[in-house]
Amino acid sequence: MNNTLLQTPLFDWHQAHGGRMVDFAGWSMPVQYESIVSEHVATRQAAGLFDVSHMGRLMIAGPDSTAWLEGLLTRRVDNLPVGRARYTLVAGIDLEAAEGEVASSDPVILDDALITRLADAKDATPRYLLVVNASNRSRVLRWLEHRLPETGVTLTDCSSATAMIAVQGPVVFGTTAEAVASGPLAAILPAEVLAAVASLPVYAGLETTIAGAPATVSRTGYTGEDGVELVVEASVATTVWEQLLDAGAAAGVRACGLGSRDTLRLEAGMPLYGHELVETSNPFAIGLGLAVNLDGRSFPGAAAFAAERDALSQQRVGLQFESRRAARQGDQVNVPAGAACGMVTSGSFAPTIGCGVALAFVDAAVAVPGTQLEVVVRNTPLPVRVVPLPFYRRSRGAD
Amino acid sequence: MDHPRRYAKSHEWARLEDDGTVTIGISAYAVEALTDLVFMQLPEVGATVTAGESFGEIESVKAVSDLYAPLSGEVVAANADLPGNLETLGSDPYGAGWVIRIRPDDPAQLESLLDQAAYDALTGSGSH
Repeated sequence: MNNTLLQTPLFDWHQAHGGRMVDFAGWSMPVQYESIVSEHVATRQAAGLFDVSHMGRLMIAGPDSTAWLEGLLTRRVDNLPVGRARYTLVAGIDLEAAEGEVASSDPVILDDALITRLADAKDATPRYLLVVNASNRSRVLRWLEHRLPETGVTLTDCSSATAMIAVQGPVVFGTTAEAVASGPLAAILPAEVLAAVASLPVYAGLETTIAGAPATVSRTGYTGEDGVELVVEASVATTVWEQLLDAGAAAGVRACGLGSRDTLRLEAGMPLYGHELVETSNPFAIGLGLAVNLDGRSFPGAAAFAAERDALSQQRVGLQFESRRAARQGDQVNVPAGAACGMVTSGSFAPTIGCGVALAFVDAAVAVPGTQLEVVVRNTPLPVRVVPLPFYRRSRGAD
Repeated sequence: MDHPRRYAKSHEWARLEDDGTVTIGISAYAVEALTDLVFMQLPEVGATVTAGESFGEIESVKAVSDLYAPLSGEVVAANADLPGNLETLGSDPYGAGWVIRIRPDDPAQLESLLDQAAYDALTGSGSH
C-alpha cells in the first residue's frame, strides 16, 4: 500500500479484518471486507457499519457565521434551526485551478455538502458543522479560507481529530421502542439519549457524549436506509466501532466497505459528486433543484443558476436493464436503433433490484418512465427502460 | 489422465485434453480477486480466438475485465451453464467452472505459458 495515502483512525481495524484497501480520493479505504453484494444485502436486511472518516468535517463558528454561510451556500442558513441539517451545494472558485486569476474566474460547483446547525456556543454565538466530500475537501477549504473575514467567523478543519461512522439499516431503529433499546446504538448511548436520537426527524442531529468524548449524532445517511451518522473523537473511534459491531452481530450488523456504499446510494437514487454532479452541472436538470434556493438570495453562482433554472434540455432519469449487466459512467444512451439521447453517470448491478441499473442524463423528450431506450455497453447496445427514481425505497415500518 | 495446467499472466488457465483440444478457464486466484461476479460474455462455438487477445468478458459489481486467450485456435465448446451460475467459477474453477474449449492452431503455444510453480510465484500464493 502506498504509504502516502491518508489513513482514518479505523485503518488498523480494517487491515486486521480483511478490508481490501484501495486509494479513494487520497485515502486508504476498505472497498469491501467479504463481498460488495453481501455487505449491501446486510445493510438492507439488518444494518451496515461504514467508516466515512475520509469525508471532510469543517467547524464554522462565531457571531457572524450565519450571515457568512448565508452568502456562500446554495441553501438558506439564516433560518436553519439548531439541531437541523440541510443538503446544499458549495459554489465558488477552484483556487487550486484558478492560479490566482480569481477576479476573472466564474464560480463552479465545488462540492455538495451537509450543513448542520449545532447548539449555540456558551456565548450564544452560532456553531455549524459542514461535511464535505473527501475529494473536494482541500479546494472547499481553500475557497472558504479565501472568503473568511478577519473577525467574526472561525473555520476549523476537524477532520483528522475526529472519525465519522455511518450506522445504516432497518435494525438501527426497528419499528418499536423495544427494538431501539436492543439495537446496536444501545451499546454506545445511554437510554435517555438513545430515546432522543430515535425521536429525531430525518436531517436532524444532536450533540452528546460517546465513549466519554464529545460527539454528534445525525439522522442522516447515504444508503436509502434509516440510521445515523456519528462524529466521534478519533481516539475513541475503534472502541465505538467495535461496540457497535459486537452489539449488532446477533442481528446481522456487518462492517461494510465503500463498494456497497456506492451500490446502496445508487439504488437509493442519490447523487455522487464526480458522477451525477460536476463543476458545471445545472442543478435543476439533475434533480437537485431543491438544493438551490434562489429566492431573494445572493451567493456565488446564483445568477448562473437562475439562468439555468429555465433551460432544462436534459433530465436525470433511472434506467433499468433486463440483465445483470451494468452500464458505467460515460456510456452512451440512444433511442432504440437511433440517435444518441444522453449519457450514463453511474451504473452497477443493483443487488436489491436483481438487475443492472443506471443513472443517466437524457433529453427531456425521452425522460418519461416506461420509455424504452438503449445503452451502449462495451460496443453492445442493451435495452433499458426509463423507471421512476429511486430504484429502491425502504418500507416505512409500523408508522 | 489429466495434463498439467498452464497459466497466462492475465490469469487464464489452459489444459491439453486427450483429444487434442485445450480447455481454458479462469484461475482461482483471479476469481477470488474479482468477487461479486454478475455477468459473463462467452464466444460462439466456431469463433476464432487469438493468443493474447480478448475472447470474452467478465463483469463484477465494480468493474468489467476482458478474458484473454492463452493460445490461438477455434472454439469447439463454450460452457453454456456458466453465465447463469457464475458461482461455479469460485467453487470449481478447474472443473465445472471451465469457460471454453478450443482446437489449438499450435499446441506448442502451451509451452510458452507459465507452469504451476511459476504462476504461484507470480501470484505469491501456494498451490490450489
